[in-house]
Amino acid sequence: MNPVSYQRASSLTEAVRMAGTSRLLGGGTNLVDLMRKGVERPSLLTDVTALSAAIEETEAGGLLIGAAARNSSVAAHPLVRTRYPMLSRAILAGASAQVRNMATVGGNLMQRTRCLYFADVAGSRCNKREPGSGCDAAGGFNRYHAIVGASSACTATHPSDMCVALAALDASVRIVGPAGERTVPLVDFHRLPSDRPELETVLEPGEVIEAVEIPASPFAARSGYRKVRDRASYAFALVSVAAELTLREGRIDEIRIAFGGIAPKPWRAYRAEAALRGSGPSGEAFLAAAALELADAAPLAGNAFKIELAKRTLGAVLTDLTGDDR
Amino acid sequence: MSKVQNAIVGSVRTVLGWMPSQWLPGGTPDPLIERRAAIGRQASRLDGPLKVAGKARFAAEVIADRLSYATLVHSPIARGRITQLDTSAAESAPGVILVLTHRTMPRIESPALISMSDFSAVGNSDLPILQDAEIRYNGQVVAVVVADTQEQADHAASLLTIAYAREEPATRFDDAKAKSRTPDSLLIERNHVSVGKAERELAQAAHRVDNLYRTPWQNHNAIELHALTVFWEGEDALTVHDATQMIAPSAAVLAKIFGLKKDRIRVLSPFVGGGFGGKGLWDHQILAIAAARLIGRPLRLVLSRESVYRIIGGRSPTEQRVAIGADAEGRFTALIHGGHSVMPTYGACPEAYTLGSRSLYRAKSFEILQHHVELDVVPNTFMRAPGEAIGSFAMESAVDELAHRMGIDPIELRLRNEPERHPISGAPFSQHARRQAFTDGAERFGWGRRQSEPGARCDGEWRIGMGCATGSFPYARMPGAAARITLRRDGSAVVACSAQEMGMGTSTVQTQHAADRLGLPLSDVIFELGDSALPAAPMAGGSSQTASVAGAIIAAAEKLIGELVRLAGNDSPLAGLRAGEVRLVDGGVGSIEDAKRHEAYSSILARAGREEVTVTATGSPPLEMLKYAMHSTSVVFCELRVSDVTGEIRVDRLLGSFDCGTILNPQTATSQFKGGMIMGLGLALTEETLFDERSGRIMNPSLADYHIPVHLDVPEIEVMWTGIPDPRSPLGARGIGEIGITGVGAAVANAVFNATGKRVRELPITLDKLL
Repeated sequence: MNPVSYQRASSLTEAVRMAGTSRLLGGGTNLVDLMRKGVERPSLLTDVTALSAAIEETEAGGLLIGAAARNSSVAAHPLVRTRYPMLSRAILAGASAQVRNMATVGGNLMQRTRCLYFADVAGSRCNKREPGSGCDAAGGFNRYHAIVGASSACTATHPSDMCVALAALDASVRIVGPAGERTVPLVDFHRLPSDRPELETVLEPGEVIEAVEIPASPFAARSGYRKVRDRASYAFALVSVAAELTLREGRIDEIRIAFGGIAPKPWRAYRAEAALRGSGPSGEAFLAAAALELADAAPLAGNAFKIELAKRTLGAVLTDLTGDDR
Repeated sequence: MSKVQNAIVGSVRTVLGWMPSQWLPGGTPDPLIERRAAIGRQASRLDGPLKVAGKARFAAEVIADRLSYATLVHSPIARGRITQLDTSAAESAPGVILVLTHRTMPRIESPALISMSDFSAVGNSDLPILQDAEIRYNGQVVAVVVADTQEQADHAASLLTIAYAREEPATRFDDAKAKSRTPDSLLIERNHVSVGKAERELAQAAHRVDNLYRTPWQNHNAIELHALTVFWEGEDALTVHDATQMIAPSAAVLAKIFGLKKDRIRVLSPFVGGGFGGKGLWDHQILAIAAARLIGRPLRLVLSRESVYRIIGGRSPTEQRVAIGADAEGRFTALIHGGHSVMPTYGACPEAYTLGSRSLYRAKSFEILQHHVELDVVPNTFMRAPGEAIGSFAMESAVDELAHRMGIDPIELRLRNEPERHPISGAPFSQHARRQAFTDGAERFGWGRRQSEPGARCDGEWRIGMGCATGSFPYARMPGAAARITLRRDGSAVVACSAQEMGMGTSTVQTQHAADRLGLPLSDVIFELGDSALPAAPMAGGSSQTASVAGAIIAAAEKLIGELVRLAGNDSPLAGLRAGEVRLVDGGVGSIEDAKRHEAYSSILARAGREEVTVTATGSPPLEMLKYAMHSTSVVFCELRVSDVTGEIRVDRLLGSFDCGTILNPQTATSQFKGGMIMGLGLALTEETLFDERSGRIMNPSLADYHIPVHLDVPEIEVMWTGIPDPRSPLGARGIGEIGITGVGAAVANAVFNATGKRVRELPITLDKLL
């Protein structure tokens, strides 16, 4: 690790002032790892954990979560558990208890891919780490890589569980910068790689994540998060599904679906949602919708199984959510 | 060498076969088998309180003034040369004391490779250690940076500029298979076994299976990282606090490399946080010791987890063919096991995956032969149950396949082929109760509830299956183990040798042993280990340490009897009795024939005017392991669920039923069996080193990316044993360190088949293989 200077921001204004010339540090569970590996080499860190960690109800009946809120606090919060149980489950499906105790909501949004070649400074080429250098994952180990939304430059996945649930919850990100405040839907916060895989979010230099806002939701009763992985805990998703829906007269009324583990960003499945809206719930319909969503999937040598796995997982989640015992 | 070795081992076995048992060690059963007090009892580990309180000092925790810290720099290429090396930025970084490269490293010889004929040769690799600009494998150390703090060393290491000229490495297993070589021997066994015409028998068999099984690279992940703290006194006296499972051999080899007199080197390793075959002598100890000598300061090197993957070898991948032919009744007519594994010529560990298959089953014909594949890699090494852990996966999967094909219960098929003597050598078993291990285990596990039709049991989306497998691991007692007994006037004793405590309970169990051997209560005995200044114990490996050390203590106790009889003299109740007529009992020496003739140690020593009596002796040659077929046996049962939707596997129950002779301490033994079985779950389901064949580079050198089982992957594990003493081994015990993992891989794979009807012949069994 390189020598690094450290400062703390005591207010949002201060954070914005410092953000232009430094890297922001939340819980450090990802950034510090990457600094140890030499992937990240900041010379100045600004600790933003003193910013708002509040979890509070909005006037519109939604929820506002301060960027510095710890993942474990969000997962355990009574409002989250009752109104957005899917979010609580997604967070608890990620990392370990120790990591969740440190990790912040803002940091979770900003975490970087776990691609093995991205992390290997000494021995591997990576377009995300060093633009234009090439990609060793394409012909190497790419079991955890994307089947949709990737580019020839980069097929790495976004590793977050929490963001998959937030994508399905129609959450948005409140951002403050030198030019003022703006709000970006979470599904637009992360970028697809195209030919610039080093650009991962729409955050501009000097901007700071203030909070995540979740709108009121009528879905809690029929919502779920399922994560499929290589061991029972402490592994990233091969495929995960966040879904929530309402039924009216035996038909799907509203539905929102997001996938994790299959794309460079939390993958909101708009095509599948449109196909299912208004239709009667059935295994065939679910699989057809999943197939439609993944029609353009472009798997690599090591991850072709994810197409089938994603379809089946979505089918199982929706079957569960539309069941009579809900 | 190997052909000569085959001839020697073969002729010794022949001679021993003719020799009456009484002439040999183990010829008459160890009397302690019948007469034990502390042995076999539940005794909490004696070092437990120290460990719980954080007072057990491991190699990386030794305190020193002016301590320096080292970091290793690894080659990112597998083959080539260093063409440019600029150390100036690193050398001028804050706190840096030394940057050691091939230019500045003293010229040294590499250690001699581990050898079956020279037990003081313990090198895992005989490649040059930082001696030239050549790169021979990806991960090879190219520099050592030493600084005042670990952080300074780590930072300076990132400032080195090194350029390489790349050459094409040999890193592809399938390509290298074409040029494989066929060794004459595997450890002490002949490689090629050919009995009858196995291929012809297979072709003519009423029932047959013939398949390829594949197992991946795996790496060592002991909780304690490899570490050492080094102290030089001048240029000619060295103390090394190391995390090692070979204390005395390391001291001998290091003395040779650094030109030291034997009494001027001391290796200390009282606590080791897991060994499993990986804590041997590798490059890092030699580099750290060389660096410390150059700077004249104490030095600590703790490998990062990544460095452990880069320079400590793991388990070789294998491609194994197993074919079994059987007659209409299921009796094996042909048993064929062979294939390929990696072993560079500069390495020392043949992955002997066929060894277990030589002793498991009776068969009319055998054809067994292994081939070695040469790759440019850090040499693979011994990893818990080397050979057997993965060899039994292939063999026991094949047996299960045959049983299914024949419509016979897989336990029944195995028992129909249970051998009465060793199937190849014809040697009698010293003790062998696999049948009972099967029967007892099956009853406890509820094997009778198993549906033979795959996929017949469901619970929602989950398909439930049961599987079992058996395994065998050879008994070994190492030659040359020595121990010292010091009996004090107050009737207490100190027993000492340089044995290794890697967490399995050696110090506890040998204290129990020494107490019973000397006829003393546990509280009056101290067992000292972990120090090369003590009488030399062999390395802890091959599940042999307990028997090896026990054999040494037996020899020392016999010598002590002679000494005490002499000291007792004519004014003792023992007067007139010879050494062979007395034993150590009830805190003193007593007549075997007449319990009333007894004198306490304190009385004997007081009358002789002695404060203490000290004897040192070396254990008898371990000829019993050549005369008898001596094996620990496992029978493993597994019940699991497989998701119909995702292919995810959840193991619900695991039971191990063992036949390993006397169990010396039920508590520590249970832990060791369970640890092995959990490691077996990793082998079956999650563990795989991602070795990129394009670069020869390990891509997942971390516990985040190399998946060992987490708590949630591990179910309730039951452990049971026959407990029948082995009349040919010290204390009636055989090794238990490696048999726990043996058979787990196949038990899991067979349960997966029973649950789903899908036969996975390639480890690990990840969910994509079941979709």
